[in-house]
Amino acid sequence: MIELYEQLKQRYALGEISVQRFDLVFITVPRENLASLLLYLRDTEGFTHLVLLTAVDWIEDNKFQLTYLINNRESATDLGLRVIIDRDEASMESIHDLWPTAATYQRELKEMFGIDFPGSPRIDEDFILEGWTEIPPYRRDFDTLEYSRDTYLERPGRSTSDPAQHMKQLFYPEDKD
Amino acid sequence: MAYTPDRSQYPQKKADGSLDIDLTSGKYLKLWQGPQHPGITGNMSIELTVCGDEVAEGRTHVGYLHRGFEKLMERRTFIQNFPIVCRICVPEPDFNEYCYAAAVEELAGIEVPERADWIRALILEMGRINSYLMYLGGQAGALGQAVIGQWSTYVRDLMLDRFEELTGARIYHMFIMPGGVRDNLPTGFRTRMEHTLGEIENALRDIHNVMFRNAVFEKRTRGIGVIEKEWLDSYGVTGPCIRAAGVPRDVRKDQPYLVYDQLDFDPVIGKDSDIYTRADVRRRDLLLSVDLIRQILSRMPQDDGPTMATTPNVLHWKIEPGETYVRGECSRGEYGYYLVTDGSGYPRRVNVRGPSYTHAMALFERMVVNCNIADVAALLVSLHTYPPEIER
Repeated sequence: MIELYEQLKQRYALGEISVQRFDLVFITVPRENLASLLLYLRDTEGFTHLVLLTAVDWIEDNKFQLTYLINNRESATDLGLRVIIDRDEASMESIHDLWPTAATYQRELKEMFGIDFPGSPRIDEDFILEGWTEIPPYRRDFDTLEYSRDTYLERPGRSTSDPAQHMKQLFYPEDKD
Repeated sequence: MAYTPDRSQYPQKKADGSLDIDLTSGKYLKLWQGPQHPGITGNMSIELTVCGDEVAEGRTHVGYLHRGFEKLMERRTFIQNFPIVCRICVPEPDFNEYCYAAAVEELAGIEVPERADWIRALILEMGRINSYLMYLGGQAGALGQAVIGQWSTYVRDLMLDRFEELTGARIYHMFIMPGGVRDNLPTGFRTRMEHTLGEIENALRDIHNVMFRNAVFEKRTRGIGVIEKEWLDSYGVTGPCIRAAGVPRDVRKDQPYLVYDQLDFDPVIGKDSDIYTRADVRRRDLLLSVDLIRQILSRMPQDDGPTMATTPNVLHWKIEPGETYVRGECSRGEYGYYLVTDGSGYPRRVNVRGPSYTHAMALFERMVVNCNIADVAALLVSLHTYPPEIER
C-alpha cells in the first residue's frame, strides 16, 4: 500500500497518509483531484468496489470530511480517501458517473449533512425525512434533545435526574455535600 | 420466459435520457407496493409506474423505520452504544455487535482472547442460518408456497433455542461485547447443537424437494431477475447476489476475520444470476454454515479459557483519535462499520454499511424496469434486503 501511495504521489498532489492496518490505508486528497484519482484507481489499480461514502462533521474546524472507501478485490486491500471541504459552502463533485450506486449515498448526505452534489440524480428528492425544515439532522450542531422537546409532547409524570447525583443519593444518602 | 427478448425501446426515453412517462396519457398507472403489503420486505415501499402489467419505473422509498442510530451513537459512550447497534438489523443482529466491537477493539488496541474469536464465529454462523431460513420462507411465500415458511420457521425456532441457552436471548443477543464474548458455552451445548443441525438438514432436504424442484417455482424464477455482469461492481453487489453471478467473492475467504482462516470451505457460487440461482446459492450456503458450525465446535479449544479481555473502566473509556473500517460477510453481503474517534469518550462518527443499502436502492430500481408486477415481490425478496440497514 505504501508503494501505491508513493506511485500515486508522483501523479497527484496527496496529503497525509495513515496506515490503519496492513490492508487499510487512509489518504487525504485535495477535492479537485478526487474524481480523476478515483477513476485511475478504479480502472488501472483495480479498486472497483465502492464500499461506502460518508461524511464526518469536524465542527470545531468548520470542516466536513468526506470519506470514500474503495476496495480492491484482487489484492484484498481497502483505501479510504479523505476529502476535507468547507462546512459553510458544503458542496462536492458527484461521482455517480463512476459508480451509479454513489447517487444513493449522495442523496443521503445531502439530506443528513446538507452537503450538495450538483448533477447527482434525484439529489433534491427526500431520502428518509419528509418535509424536513430544520438544519440537516446529522450535523453536530443539531440538538436532538431540543428538537424532541419542541416537537413532541412530554409524557406527564416524567422526571429526569443527573446519573451521578442519583447514585450518590442512593449510596450515600447521609452525605449532604 | 415471460418477456419478449427486446425491450430496449420500452419505455421510450427523452432526449436527456430520462424515461418518457406521461401519466395523463392513460397508458401508465402509479401503483404503491408497501409499506403494508405481503410482497415487501419489511418497512419500505416501492412506487411502481406500470404499463399494463409491466413495470416502467420503480422507486424505493424508505424512512418508515428511521431511528437515527448513527446520531444516537455520537451522544453515547462506547459501551452505551452496545445495546443500540444490534437493533439495526433484526433478523441477523450479531454482525452489528461483531463489527462494532471489532472496530472499537482495533482503535482502542484491545487483544481479544482466542476462545472469544471461536465463539464469535459460532454466533455469526448461527445468525446466518437464522437469516437464511427466514429468507427461504419469504422467497417461497412471495411465489405462493406458504408451507416452506412454516417449515423454516420451525427449524429457526430450534436455532433460537440454542441462542437462548447460549446468550439468554432469542433475538437481540448482546453477547459479543467489546473485549470478547460474555460467557463460555454451556454444558452439553455441543450435543444439543448437533441435534439442531440435524433437524435443519432434514428440513432443508424437504425444502429442496418441495421448493426447488417445484415446477411453478422453477418456471417463475429461472431467467428472471438477472443481475448483469457489468452491474456487479457499479452497483456495489456483494454476498450471495454476486456469488450467484459466478464470482467467488466472500469476505470470509478474501479477507478472513476471526477464525475463518482456520476453517476449510470454499465460497458457494452459482452461474445464472437469476432468482432461482440466488435462492439455490443461499440454500447451499446454509448447508455450508451447518458444516462450519460443526468445524468450529470440533476445532475450538476444549478448555474453558478466558472469553473476555481486560477493558478500561467503561465509564471513563476514552479512545485516541483514529478511524477504521471493519467488515464481515453476513447472509446478505458485506456488512461493515466505519468508526471515527476523536480522543473523547464518545465516537465522533459511526457509519453502518449494510448490503441492503446498495441492493434495495440503486440496484433494485435498475432491475425492476420491464419486470412483471407479479414478479416484483419475488425479485425484491431475492435480493434479501432488510430496510433498517438502509435508513439506520
